[in-house]
Amino acid sequence: MPEPELYWTFAMHLSVTDVVLARGERRIVGPVSFDLSEGQSLAVRGPNGAGKSTLLRALAGLLPVESGTIELAGPDIDEDAPRGEYCHYFGHLDGLKSALSVEENLRFFKQLYGTGSSLLSIEEALHKVALAHTSSLPVAYLSAGMRKRVALARLLLNKRPLWLLDEPTSALDTASQERLGAMMQAHLDSGGMIIAATHLPLPGRMETVLNLEPAMADSRLAEEVWL
Amino acid sequence: MSGFNAILSQSLKLAWRVGGGALLGLLFFLAVVIIMPFAVGPDLKLLARIGPAILWIGALLATLLGLDRLFQADLEDGTLDILYLSPLPLELAVLAKGLGHWIATGVPLIIGAPVFSLFLNLDGTAIAGVTLTLLVGTPALVFIGIVGSTLMVALQRGGMLLSILVLPLTIPVLIFGVSAANALNSASATISTPFSTPFLVLCALSLISLVVGPVAGAAALRLARD
Repeated sequence: MPEPELYWTFAMHLSVTDVVLARGERRIVGPVSFDLSEGQSLAVRGPNGAGKSTLLRALAGLLPVESGTIELAGPDIDEDAPRGEYCHYFGHLDGLKSALSVEENLRFFKQLYGTGSSLLSIEEALHKVALAHTSSLPVAYLSAGMRKRVALARLLLNKRPLWLLDEPTSALDTASQERLGAMMQAHLDSGGMIIAATHLPLPGRMETVLNLEPAMADSRLAEEVWL
Repeated sequence: MSGFNAILSQSLKLAWRVGGGALLGLLFFLAVVIIMPFAVGPDLKLLARIGPAILWIGALLATLLGLDRLFQADLEDGTLDILYLSPLPLELAVLAKGLGHWIATGVPLIIGAPVFSLFLNLDGTAIAGVTLTLLVGTPALVFIGIVGSTLMVALQRGGMLLSILVLPLTIPVLIFGVSAANALNSASATISTPFSTPFLVLCALSLISLVVGPVAGAAALRLARD
C-alpha cells in the first residue's frame, strides 16, 4: 500500500439526528442518532430486517427520510449539492453490465462520477482488488466474488469522503476480505468516513457500533404478518 | 460533460453487444413491412398509397420495442443507484440514455426505411419523404416513449403497459409524420397539402419532446427512488 494521502484535511462531520425511516405507514428504522467525524467508521449491526440497508440508502439520499435530519458538513462540502455526491454507495446490486468488459464498466463509472475527483486509474484500482488480469473479460464471465471485487474497485476510482458499504464482505474470500480491510483503513487514514452494514465481523478497525433492532413490534407490518 | 458521454457510449455498446436491442428493432420493422403486402394483397397502387403509413407504424412499434427495458434493466442491476449519486443531473442522464437509444435503434430504422420502401412500391420522392420524416420524427417517438419507460421503473413488469401508455401520446407525431410523407407521395390520393406545413410541425414536436421528455423522465425517476 502506498502512503495514505490526506484528501480531506479539514474537519468533516456527519451528524444524524433522530432519523426515522418509513415505507408507507410502516416505521422501518429509528429513531437513530449518531455522529461521525473524518477518519471515523461506524458498523451498523442487527438481524435481518432490522433496516440496515434502508438506513444506508437513506444516508446516501436514495430514500426519503420520514423525520429527523442528516447533515454532512465541512469546508470541502458544498451545502447545496445533494449529499449523494459525497457518498460511495456499495449495495447488494453491483451495477455492473454483464455484456461489457470489466474495464468498460469501470470506465463508465469513472467518467460518470467526474474526472475532477479522480483518485486511482482503472488499472491501479483493479490491481488493488487483485483483478488486473480480468480487465478485458466480460463481467458475465466473473464469479459472484469477483463481481463484488470489481464493484469494490469502483470505490477507489473517485474521491468521495463517505463510504456506505452494505454487506461488503459477502461472497469475498479471506484474501479479498483482507484487501478490503486495507482499502478501508487507507480511506480512513486519508480522512474519509465509513459506515458499513454487516452482521459479520468486518476487516479493519470499526470504531463505533450501532445496533439496530427490527422495528416490527409496534408497526403495522407485524399485524400483516400474523393475521 | 464526460458523464453524459459515458452514458451515451454505454447505451450504444449495450445495444450492439450480445442481447442488445439494436438489430431486433430493425428486424421487427422489416417483419411489419413485409407482412403488410400479404395482408393488403398484390394491389401495387394501394400499397404505394398506404406505404408511408405502413413504414411509419412499423417504425413506431419498433422504436417502442426496446424502451420498456431501458431503465428497468438499470433498476435491476443497480446502475440506477449509480446514476442517482452521480454529479450529472438526472435530466441529462435521461437525455443521454434517450439519444443513445435513438442512435442505436432509430438510426438503423432510418437507414433501413429506403430499402424497405421498395417492398411497398414507393417511388423516389416518396422514399425520400418517408426517410426524411422518419429522421425528424423518430427522436419525438423516443423521447415520448422515454417518459413511459421511466414510469415503468416504479411499476415492475410494465412491458405492455408501456405501449398502452405511450401509443396514444405518439398519435400527433404519427399524424404529422405521415401527412408530411404523403405530401411527397404522388400515389397518395389526398388533396396535396404543402410538404412544409406538417413537416415543420413534426420538427416542432421533436424539439418539444427533446426538452419535455428528459425533464418528465427525470421527475418520474425521482418519484421511483424508493
